[in-house]
Amino acid sequence: MSEHVIKLPDVGEGVAEAELVEWHVKLGDLVREDALLAAVMTDKATVEIPSPVSGEVVWLGAEVGDVVAIGSELVRLKVAGDEASTPAPQPAKVPPAPKASPAPQPPPAPKSAPAPAPAAGAPARPAPSRHLAGSAPRAEGDKPVASPAVRHRAREAGVDLRRVAGTGPAGRITHDDLDAYFAAPPRAGGSPTLQPRTAVEEVKLVGLRRRIAEKMAAAHAHIPSITYVEEIDVTALEELRASLNRGKRADQPKLTLLPFLMRAIVRAVAEQPQLNALFDDEAGIVHQHAGVHIGIAAQTPSGLMVPVVRHAEARDLWGCAMEATRIAEAAKAGTATREDLTGSTITISSLGAMGGVVSTPIINHPEVAIVGVNKMMMRPVWDGSGFVPRKMMNLSSSFDHRVIDGWDAASFVQRIKALLETPALLFMEG
Amino acid sequence: MKDISCRLLVIGAGPGGYVCAIRAGQLGVDTVIVEAAKPGGTCLNIGCIPSKALIHAAQEFEAATHLAAGKSALGIGTSAPTLDLGRTMAWKDGIVGRLNHGVAGLLKRAGVKTVAGWARFRDGKTVEVETETGPQVIRAEQVVIATGSRAAALPLLPFGGKVISSTEALALNELPGRLVIVGAGYIGLELGTAFAKLGAKVTVVEALPRILPQYDGELTRPVEARLRQLGVELLLGAKAKGLKGEGLAVETAEGKARTLAADKILVTVGRKPLTEGWGLEQLDLDRDGPFLRIDEHCRSSMRGVYAIGDVTGELMLAHRASAQGEMVAEIIAGERQVWDKVAIPAVCFTDPEIVTVGLSPEAARAAGIETKVGLFPFQANARAMTLGRDDGFVRVVARADNHLVLGIQGVGAGIAELSAAFGLALEMGARLEDIAATIHAHPTQGEAFMEAALRALGRPIHI
Repeated sequence: MSEHVIKLPDVGEGVAEAELVEWHVKLGDLVREDALLAAVMTDKATVEIPSPVSGEVVWLGAEVGDVVAIGSELVRLKVAGDEASTPAPQPAKVPPAPKASPAPQPPPAPKSAPAPAPAAGAPARPAPSRHLAGSAPRAEGDKPVASPAVRHRAREAGVDLRRVAGTGPAGRITHDDLDAYFAAPPRAGGSPTLQPRTAVEEVKLVGLRRRIAEKMAAAHAHIPSITYVEEIDVTALEELRASLNRGKRADQPKLTLLPFLMRAIVRAVAEQPQLNALFDDEAGIVHQHAGVHIGIAAQTPSGLMVPVVRHAEARDLWGCAMEATRIAEAAKAGTATREDLTGSTITISSLGAMGGVVSTPIINHPEVAIVGVNKMMMRPVWDGSGFVPRKMMNLSSSFDHRVIDGWDAASFVQRIKALLETPALLFMEG
Repeated sequence: MKDISCRLLVIGAGPGGYVCAIRAGQLGVDTVIVEAAKPGGTCLNIGCIPSKALIHAAQEFEAATHLAAGKSALGIGTSAPTLDLGRTMAWKDGIVGRLNHGVAGLLKRAGVKTVAGWARFRDGKTVEVETETGPQVIRAEQVVIATGSRAAALPLLPFGGKVISSTEALALNELPGRLVIVGAGYIGLELGTAFAKLGAKVTVVEALPRILPQYDGELTRPVEARLRQLGVELLLGAKAKGLKGEGLAVETAEGKARTLAADKILVTVGRKPLTEGWGLEQLDLDRDGPFLRIDEHCRSSMRGVYAIGDVTGELMLAHRASAQGEMVAEIIAGERQVWDKVAIPAVCFTDPEIVTVGLSPEAARAAGIETKVGLFPFQANARAMTLGRDDGFVRVVARADNHLVLGIQGVGAGIAELSAAFGLALEMGARLEDIAATIHAHPTQGEAFMEAALRALGRPIHI
């Protein structure tokens, strides 16, 4: 028996530390070689750490949420004497770069599994019998059984007995069952008795959530922002979009409003390069970028991410659409690369149908501008002689007021407005 | 006459209407009830109550006749009894009168105003009543229709003369020597049994091949045996063809024409909802066949108009109407109520009596429920023996999986009172084990109930 120390490997992104976001093992667990031990998170990518040897977990070097330096001890395993000698030559070496290789199965396992276990186990187990159904409300079609007094009490309280579990014989609903139901009203249907709830659940911010929190706090703390809201008449744009979608080739993506807005931003920042910039406030330098790398805020299962369409200025409408779709899907699927997730110079924030009327987007630090898309809706618009229905949409855009003046901000948005309202302008050269 | 305005107007003071009005009055609802006849409806005046009085008198007479014949195993002898049917009827009328008075008093005590007369709807909120002193208009926020039912007639045998309905049969002052009854349902057989016991020669004509078609054969067999013992002739599968000379022309099951001599021909072929003569056409309420359609709150298709009792359909039983009436009164008073009864017991006062609550074994099967059925015969019940009547049984139907009791049936002399226990068991959601574990007093017929449950569980003691 000996101890094998596993150190946090260099996860290959040139980072010096990573945040531990998940333990796959706990003290006392027996792990097999290549079984996953933990997940750590670098800038925006999550990396799984496999075990290089088999053994028993005897020590864990960090807690979830801790930031661990590359090379520091992560796990200690107690390994069998035999194997102790094998890893001995390479204790100082970190395990090979993590990869998602399937854990090797011991050969006898798959063979023996199907053989001695015929269907015997399943039928022997009695179907969940109804008269034991104490906890779950009854099978479909079964009427609740309850005495008239219980039924009356339930009626008076507005309780549908079909939703109340019965603990009595034959699933009969007793007065006690009603008491229990009142004490713990179900989530659906509203509770007949309102009760204060005093529990407080502690949710530790880890991983992406913590990164979002830090970034938002930094952006909000550093940047004195102004938000400017303008309404855009997108009737013509919508007609064009529908027409393009009708005539598109099978290999072309369905156009949303997003690629039009991306193209409009490309046009607008060509005239106002100070908006497509990163502000290094410590150095006091604004880096105006020639390339337009548009971050697109996206909700993913693990939280807000901002995948980036690089060089939007070099992509046409279809190209923008295709790339935006690709990176959004990659972000949602968790397959986005570091490249996909970094390097934006300006950002679009859109919640689509949830876009609301006005929003106050927070600038994606260290950028200096963010364009928020609000919900498109039909609104009556005065055309000088009467109200006409027009498809209207608001843009709520925030700017770093330290480097962007209100006039510039307004000019930028007005330019986008003009481009979107007369979409032919988007396609004019020069 | 000055118009009356009220919150609740009940049309018809039968067991549905008067219970509704009393309950509404108790709950402080300003209530008016309209009735053309005496309070109590069919049940009290020309149905349940007078028939049970007659049935009891007939049973006493038959017992005395039995003793007088020297056949009693009890060792009791007596001289032949006499019958003064006029006095019997007067006694019966006395009971009905007491009850009429009682209902009127209860209505008054509950603060309900009674208007005597025939009501007719003008619209959903307004009724005009033909009273002795002229038309009376009543306006109400809510109306309950409790108009009840009437005896159904046969086109070939319209009521009149020799052809009578149960109403007339219960008011006969002279015993018909030969009584022909058309229809072997519970009304016909209850009265047929009574008249047979009183000494009439009773013949029952039934188009179906069996008596009491709403019950299964197991339940009706003891009744049929007793009818035959009483000398009642049963012509099953026979059709009444109309009056012919002294009697009734029938076509027998074999297809032969036969004339049954009769002093009276009692037609008991069911009851029809009373949906005419009170202005239903003014309301245009949704119908359910011949009945008024109601929901689980007894609401009709018109807002503020409720309907209860026989006019709303089967089962046409007084206690169903009363329960509906009570519920509607509470709804109108603002309580949350809904028709959620598990079962409505039904009793057939033949000899022996039949009691049913809930599902029969057949009905449970038809509903796709796997059942356990336990039957305990009165032959093995001590109390039944000491009463000299060991015919019949109690039968319990329960779900096979969880033993929840679905139905209870019984047939036996004097077991109508067991309906209370049967109904309670179903309404409380009893399992076989609950009934089996309840101590039933010895010696009583009720022990057969416990034993039937034990038998369904496979562990009876006394059989």
